[in-house]
Amino acid sequence: MSQATPAPEQPAGSTAPAPRRDDGIEARAQGALREMLTSSWLVTVCALVLAMVISGVLIAAADADVQDAAAYFFARPADFFSAAWDAVWGAYVALFQGAIIDPTASTFTRAVRPLTETMTTSVPLILAGLGLGIGFRAGMFNIGAQGQIILGAIFAGYIGFAFDLPPVLHLLLAVIGAAVGGGLWAGIAGFLKARTGANEVIVTIMLNNIAIYLVGYLLSTKAFQREGSNNPISPPVGGNAEYPLLLGSGFRLHLGFLLAIAAAVFVWWLMSRSTLGFQFRAVGSNPSAARTAGINVNRVYLLVMMIAGSLAGLAGSAQILGTEKVLTDGVAASFGFDAITVALLGRSKPLGTFFAGLLFGALRAGGFAMQARTGTPIDIVLVVQSLVVLFIAAPPLVRAVFRLPSAGGRGAAPELSAPVVKEAAA
Amino acid sequence: MKLELRGITKRFGALVANDHIDLVVEPGEVHALLGENGAGKSTLMNVLYGFYDPDDGQILVDGVPVEFAGPGDAMAAGIGMVHQHFMLVPVFTVAENVVLGYEPVKGGGLIDLAEARRRVKEISDRFGFDVDPDALVEDLPVGAQQRVEIIKALSRDAKVLILDEPTAVLTPQETDELIAIMRQLKAAGTSIVFITHKLREVRAVADRITVIRRGKVVGAARPDSSETELASLMVGRSVSLGVERAPAQPGAVALQVRGLSVLDEAGVLQVDDVSFDVARGEIVAIAGVQGNGQTELTEVILGLEPAVAGSVVLDGTELIGRSVKDVLLAGVGYVPEDRSADGVVADFSVAENLVLDLFDQAPFARGISLDLAAIQENAERRAVEFDVRTQSVSDAVSTLSGGNQQKVVLAREMSRPLRLFIASQPTRGVDVGSIEFVHKRVVQERDSGTPVIIVSTELDEVLALADRIVVMYRGRIVGTVPGGTDRDVLGLMMAGVPQAEAEAQAATHHTVLGEADIEASEEESK
Repeated sequence: MSQATPAPEQPAGSTAPAPRRDDGIEARAQGALREMLTSSWLVTVCALVLAMVISGVLIAAADADVQDAAAYFFARPADFFSAAWDAVWGAYVALFQGAIIDPTASTFTRAVRPLTETMTTSVPLILAGLGLGIGFRAGMFNIGAQGQIILGAIFAGYIGFAFDLPPVLHLLLAVIGAAVGGGLWAGIAGFLKARTGANEVIVTIMLNNIAIYLVGYLLSTKAFQREGSNNPISPPVGGNAEYPLLLGSGFRLHLGFLLAIAAAVFVWWLMSRSTLGFQFRAVGSNPSAARTAGINVNRVYLLVMMIAGSLAGLAGSAQILGTEKVLTDGVAASFGFDAITVALLGRSKPLGTFFAGLLFGALRAGGFAMQARTGTPIDIVLVVQSLVVLFIAAPPLVRAVFRLPSAGGRGAAPELSAPVVKEAAA
Repeated sequence: MKLELRGITKRFGALVANDHIDLVVEPGEVHALLGENGAGKSTLMNVLYGFYDPDDGQILVDGVPVEFAGPGDAMAAGIGMVHQHFMLVPVFTVAENVVLGYEPVKGGGLIDLAEARRRVKEISDRFGFDVDPDALVEDLPVGAQQRVEIIKALSRDAKVLILDEPTAVLTPQETDELIAIMRQLKAAGTSIVFITHKLREVRAVADRITVIRRGKVVGAARPDSSETELASLMVGRSVSLGVERAPAQPGAVALQVRGLSVLDEAGVLQVDDVSFDVARGEIVAIAGVQGNGQTELTEVILGLEPAVAGSVVLDGTELIGRSVKDVLLAGVGYVPEDRSADGVVADFSVAENLVLDLFDQAPFARGISLDLAAIQENAERRAVEFDVRTQSVSDAVSTLSGGNQQKVVLAREMSRPLRLFIASQPTRGVDVGSIEFVHKRVVQERDSGTPVIIVSTELDEVLALADRIVVMYRGRIVGTVPGGTDRDVLGLMMAGVPQAEAEAQAATHHTVLGEADIEASEEESK
């Protein structure tokens, strides 16, 4: 991306335009990934706005009053628009009240509870998203947070309910167990990639499936199934293994939130201040230059996956030691997949991931309130989430909609188009 | 056909790639377009060939203004282009490639291959090309593939042929054949636009020379201008082309390569039983046409690829079987052949790239924590020492020109005590001004007593730097000759001819460029 240097003819090629060695699906996937990670903050915000607008249309379309008003649209169009406005406004207000603060609530506790719920929900998203972000920056598309969360929950859960240990120690062991469980599970994918070159995307997806059925199986065994129950449910974890509540028993917010903040700080340090992170980033940007500089690329693959998996494992601990307290086969909900979105939205940076996690936590927490109060299906939240990612993946689209200038005059035209037209003409 | 470009201007954003360029190509002349990488030569040709729309200016063919919406229009107007990277389908035959895109058809929509063959044969006979229409393109040597490209252009009745850096991939003998072809085409009335940055070739074939610098025509030159004059015009300041260096003072042998063999992924022997020595304080150049095992040889020494047999001993230590890290820490400095793929991490800052292989060593790391201040301080010092032109060492290295990126790689690899320095294609894609600098640093490294290996496909570079030359062909060493060996002998050896035979052949038949060398040295001695 030549910004200031006068290198106009490089694209068209009097010098060899260095064909990339690993030209293929993987290279293209990495290119797409980089595109998502380098688009500007403005694009992110615009993508969010755009997603809300389109979702607003869907909310209006699904609303019964709006449908009624649409029937006599040509007679009284004002009815239609006011009904549509009411529906969308109502839904988003309910979403806000359910996610941040509810001024209509009777007590202060009730008024601020939505915010704490948002924070609680965001914990697993932030933790898993941080791990995925490390992978993305190291050039690895880890789709396996779901499975890693489950394994973290299995390990933490077992330590939590099978042993009876003193306070602090019990929690500490359970949390470490969660990190180890998630780390080992992701390490399988890292090991296979390092040793055999197996594509981590495929391996982690498959490991997700294995994890889902593994927890189902375990919950049918004596060691895990609650005594006297026929349902796939474990005994509750011991009180000493639970994350302590931060704001007393009136709220669900637990210590895991502080753990998520600590993890974000740790990831920041790891990626921008440590020698290990330097290697991760080098491998992510240019593995063959990293290899030539003596970096053990295979070791990096393994380490990245294990660290990412540990963070996802901690996300599992937040579920089982913080909010759910029992192991079920739905313990990971869809946090593992939402975390991918969180990491992408946060541009794989710790601070960005933290806030993206909070945002998605808010959407999730507020979604329930929205459904309860206005009858707007909670699936709209999923649509918003999906649209956000869709738009972030296509920055030129967002720029076109908002009439933003193309990426800072990087001379994209000559660099991108020249080889393409050349090939086409050949 | 007379081709005229008037006031061609092409902008990319704020960047003016071509700034009111005027160019007239008379019928039957060889017109050289000389300029450094990034000067705007290729942009201009892409405008001419219809890839880009000019922002201003016009193209005239025989005095009539024309507009090209794409290469098809340009071809129809009689303009043919031979790209630096050939646009051929490797698994097709020569005839199939030549007619690709406008195939002659016979009844039932079938391709009339007989007609295709006839066309190839006709052009090939007319110019004595000696190309078999039924040969598969992938089986042909590079020089012959280039001739297929020329046939392709001629078969579409090209009256103006644009050759984009045509000699970059050729051996000296192939270059010589190309020059002969260019003269023949010229005699037949075809005009040729010859894009290059190689001064020697320009002087050998061009009738007129237009020099471009930073998107502007900076002057015309006659072919009898000296190389130094041309270089100064191209760079915009006086440059010295030769490297001033004292004769080598070789010390004890430091590196011993014995019986080294390397297989590639397909199981083909890329390096075949190679043995040579390098002494302290000498530069050994490994010469050869691209793809004859030189790359693999250096990669094995660094530990990037495994060897199937042989040993590499540096100061008594075996390097084979060690990791890249260990080899680097043993004091090997390595400049990779493909800078953008293996040399730098494009979106890392200059400072980060300068410690790419030292980031975990003192003083750049304390334990597992990076010392950003030390990295910054190092970068500022190296940038000055190696004349890296950048606004800030925190800028991404991708914002630098090729020459400055190469200086970053050199600065990194030379910034620690070395026991062996290996540089592959140290000046590929580097501007003339920086070449001088790079060569000086390499000689300096030699003079400080380091054994140096230079791998280069450019004979000019080999001759400028080498104290001894090892010539490789198909993975084997054809011979080892002293530095300053006759260019024609080296050229023949690069094509696999053994040394004695090469010397005999070269004595009876000189290539154009070889003769130019001799003339130049005679002039000097006068």
